[in-house]
Amino acid sequence: MSTAHVLLGLLAAGPRHGYDLKRAHDDRFPQAKPLAYGQVYATLGRLERDGLVVRSGQDQESGPERTSYELTDLGRERLDTWLTEVEPPAPYVSGTLFNKVVVALLASGIDQATGYLTAQRAAHVTRMRELTAIKTRPGANVGDVVAADYAIGHLDADLRWLRTTLARVAELQKEVTA
Amino acid sequence: MSEALLTATGVTKSYGATPALRGVDVTVAAGEIVAITGPSGCGKSTLLHCLAGILRADQGSIVYRDQDINLWSEASRSRLRRTEFGVLFQFGQLVPELTAVENVALPLLLAGSGRREAGEAALGWLDRFGVADLAEQRPGAMSGGQQQRCAAARALVTEPRVIFADEPTGALDQLNGEQMMTAMVRAVREQDSSLVLVTHEASIAAYADREIVLRDGAADPSGIGIPG
Repeated sequence: MSTAHVLLGLLAAGPRHGYDLKRAHDDRFPQAKPLAYGQVYATLGRLERDGLVVRSGQDQESGPERTSYELTDLGRERLDTWLTEVEPPAPYVSGTLFNKVVVALLASGIDQATGYLTAQRAAHVTRMRELTAIKTRPGANVGDVVAADYAIGHLDADLRWLRTTLARVAELQKEVTA
Repeated sequence: MSEALLTATGVTKSYGATPALRGVDVTVAAGEIVAITGPSGCGKSTLLHCLAGILRADQGSIVYRDQDINLWSEASRSRLRRTEFGVLFQFGQLVPELTAVENVALPLLLAGSGRREAGEAALGWLDRFGVADLAEQRPGAMSGGQQQRCAAARALVTEPRVIFADEPTGALDQLNGEQMMTAMVRAVREQDSSLVLVTHEASIAAYADREIVLRDGAADPSGIGIPG
């Protein structure tokens, strides 16, 4: 996910300062890693340099002085372009998970690979259960539900792959021991 | 989680010479949601039917509130399913001649409730499953998803202690399936009922507190459930 584009999107509703953007981001993407302040200001700096946002005012009602930023026409155009671009359908299989399974199969015995796959499956199932509980909680808002759906969909795909891999490893084991 | 409400021990069941269950143990606590999963043909539906008293196990016991219901007569088990158990199948199996509200009210009428009271309760349950506007429709005029929501309302209308659901979302698309599961889980939690759910989908099993994986008619402690 591109932080710059997400910030442009959050500014589409009107001017906001950095602290406000960070909070809005963390609220809208509860399953994502919270944005660091440093990242927000660094990104705003780049967006300003490229003419996609401009400083729109100072706000010093309470606490420290804050600079608000607003979207420029060019920024709006860039956001619209991003929203119409189809993302390359890259495989989700996170590097670590996929690499570990392949390495486990190559470098260690079938038993160890099976042990790892089984433990990984259990961890995936547990996480899926937690995310499902977030969705079914009375009063869950659409943001929570949509974010949980996204994570569950990907975990589900991982699980199918883990299950298929386990079945393949089991077949392999039969051949080896036959 | 409180004490065991339903305890099955050493359950076996064969169809002719073909064994479907080879000695399965299951415990369901009050208020617990348990998913039974596993590959096709692993015996998960057979186990659910035995637990619900629809099928009689060949061997083993199925103890519900201190009584082995596997020893009960067909009539007693049928009464139990009308009063303390609720059952939901993959294809709702509504009565085609009755409207949605009549279908949902039926278990209450059979249990001796008044017509007006049963109708009001049925309407309330249709509303919880988002199909109150179809109350006067017959199943033939509804989509599969709408029929299944009515069937779920019918399974819950008596506020049963245990609900048994066999692939309840199997005939539904993703969103319909999830909305129905959410409504069902919320109702089960509110009533502190237990739910035993058969599914082959991991995303549906994730609604449960716990998962029992079957493989070739027996529990697979590794939880993998791949065909052997």
